[in-house]
Amino acid sequence: MIITVASGKGGTGKTTIVTNLALALARKMPVQVLDCDVEEPNAHLFLHPEFQEEEEVTLPVPEVDSNKCDGCGKCSEACAFHALAVAGGRVITFPEMCHGCGGCALVCPQGAITEKPHRIGVVARGQAGRIAFAHGMIDVGHPLAPPVIKAVKKRAAGEGLTLIDAPPGTSCPVVAAVKDSDFCLLVTEPTPFGLNDLKLAVGMVRELGVPFAVVINRSSLGDQRVERYCRQERIPVLLKIPFDKRYAATYARGKCLVEEYPDWVAAFVGLWQEIERLVSQHARVAGN
Amino acid sequence: MQELLVISGKGGTGKTSLVAALAALAEDKVLADCDVDAADLHLLLRPEVESVNEFYGSSKAVINADLCTRCGRCREVCRYQAITDGAPARALSGSGQSPSSGSRQSTPVFQVDPIACEGCGVCAHTCPAGAITMKSNLAGYWYISATPYGPLVHAQLGLAEDNSGKLVTQVRQEARRLAEENNAWLIITDGPPGIGCPVISSLTGVTLALVVTEPTVAGWHDLERVVKLADHFKVPVAVCINKYDLAPEKSREIEAYCYEQGLAVAGKIPFDVDVARALVNAVPLTACSRGIAATAVEALWDSLQVQLVKAFNSK
Repeated sequence: MIITVASGKGGTGKTTIVTNLALALARKMPVQVLDCDVEEPNAHLFLHPEFQEEEEVTLPVPEVDSNKCDGCGKCSEACAFHALAVAGGRVITFPEMCHGCGGCALVCPQGAITEKPHRIGVVARGQAGRIAFAHGMIDVGHPLAPPVIKAVKKRAAGEGLTLIDAPPGTSCPVVAAVKDSDFCLLVTEPTPFGLNDLKLAVGMVRELGVPFAVVINRSSLGDQRVERYCRQERIPVLLKIPFDKRYAATYARGKCLVEEYPDWVAAFVGLWQEIERLVSQHARVAGN
Repeated sequence: MQELLVISGKGGTGKTSLVAALAALAEDKVLADCDVDAADLHLLLRPEVESVNEFYGSSKAVINADLCTRCGRCREVCRYQAITDGAPARALSGSGQSPSSGSRQSTPVFQVDPIACEGCGVCAHTCPAGAITMKSNLAGYWYISATPYGPLVHAQLGLAEDNSGKLVTQVRQEARRLAEENNAWLIITDGPPGIGCPVISSLTGVTLALVVTEPTVAGWHDLERVVKLADHFKVPVAVCINKYDLAPEKSREIEAYCYEQGLAVAGKIPFDVDVARALVNAVPLTACSRGIAATAVEALWDSLQVQLVKAFNSK
């Protein structure tokens, strides 16, 4: 089963939920954590995996053979991403703009364009105790996250539980992470920001058709509006974590709640059982 | 004109609360919210929207079913698995928008999954029947609003849309135009989180980037990445450590790192429930509190004005 943990926004506690859930369940079943927040992956700072292999993620970008190119400009006309330009009869390429669609090579009448791999980031894979771990990291200065996210997701093992730490927001990188998940947990805070971002995230998962529920973090620092919204929208709230200076300090040192406060193990196991129940319920409804 | 961009390696470090608090302190400025994915600044500044404008993102492929011969060439050339052969590309949760769910189920029709489509147009270029066109896509809106703290340019990208970088550029252009019109000396911009495409669009050419961080291992990790990014685009950086007293030791480590990197720590803000209270009441902190965090923000603002002048003069 694939569970993705997302939120309209960063800093709400996605990584906290993913790492604690993984640690609480790893004793019971095979668990894998995939950190798809490829701009700022953080889960490794809490799970301390030993990395065993690293693989480059590349996009195929154009390479122009200047002997064959006659400067006709068809390639730059066809490129929707402005990754090629013709100047003084010569083609200049901008690899960081390229989405790797291959259109330029297809339209070139001279057959002057071939594609070569251009590095945009890495996927690293390893083991954190019983937990299988992988994360992606885009190279600084490179804007395209989705291909790196897809490369991380390819690592999903078939068996056991896969937990995906999604990037923040509701646009293309998040969609790339949430797509094909069996369940999505949305983490939020009980503030006007939290509510605003939660509503956006709910719209996104509804559009993707993935069953979902909510976890409220720092539940004691705010008001009741998020819970009221969830009640009105019939969205289950599966867990609340109150704000506690001790928890904040635990997080600051790179430690997990379930390690320092074993009482939380049962809470996260309970969270998992609720998710299992909701997933099978969703499957029944969808099957009819 | 100067532009102060507030960013952080990731969300939730307090960028928006800080921008709102600075907005209540600074004079003669224009405000911009470049977090177009999940814009929040409007929640604190209570804008009155003066103009609503459409934003068109990249194009999406559309297949004309009458011309399509189902040869499958489009599906072969598409690298984003955006072309499906009639079976619904994804479960649409009860919205009933899937054209294949109607009467045409017997003849499979090639379809475009608009979420997977990146708008490259390769399918349209190669379709032998000329059945595919690229249609520009209403991807969101941007607004000009009046707030008690000055004009605000903000935007909202549609759900699951791409091109946030382009929308950020639009917001910045409008903010600059407004600043010139109003003779404002400063634009304060609430930046998007991360280091990806919207941040890059926000960062290029600003006077000073204020990076807000938290004293945690994750905060530090993210700080390093965003500082590298700012460096890449040659933008001067100042740092603000938010909630520094939640983990004083980590704060000192981050300060030491900043010192080594030659980055000014422009301010340290203590944890203060007034911040959460201001947020819940949707008021900028400095407009409603005289507490320890509000005082620290005032000191930060003094220091930032010095940093801005420095950065501006060294350009």
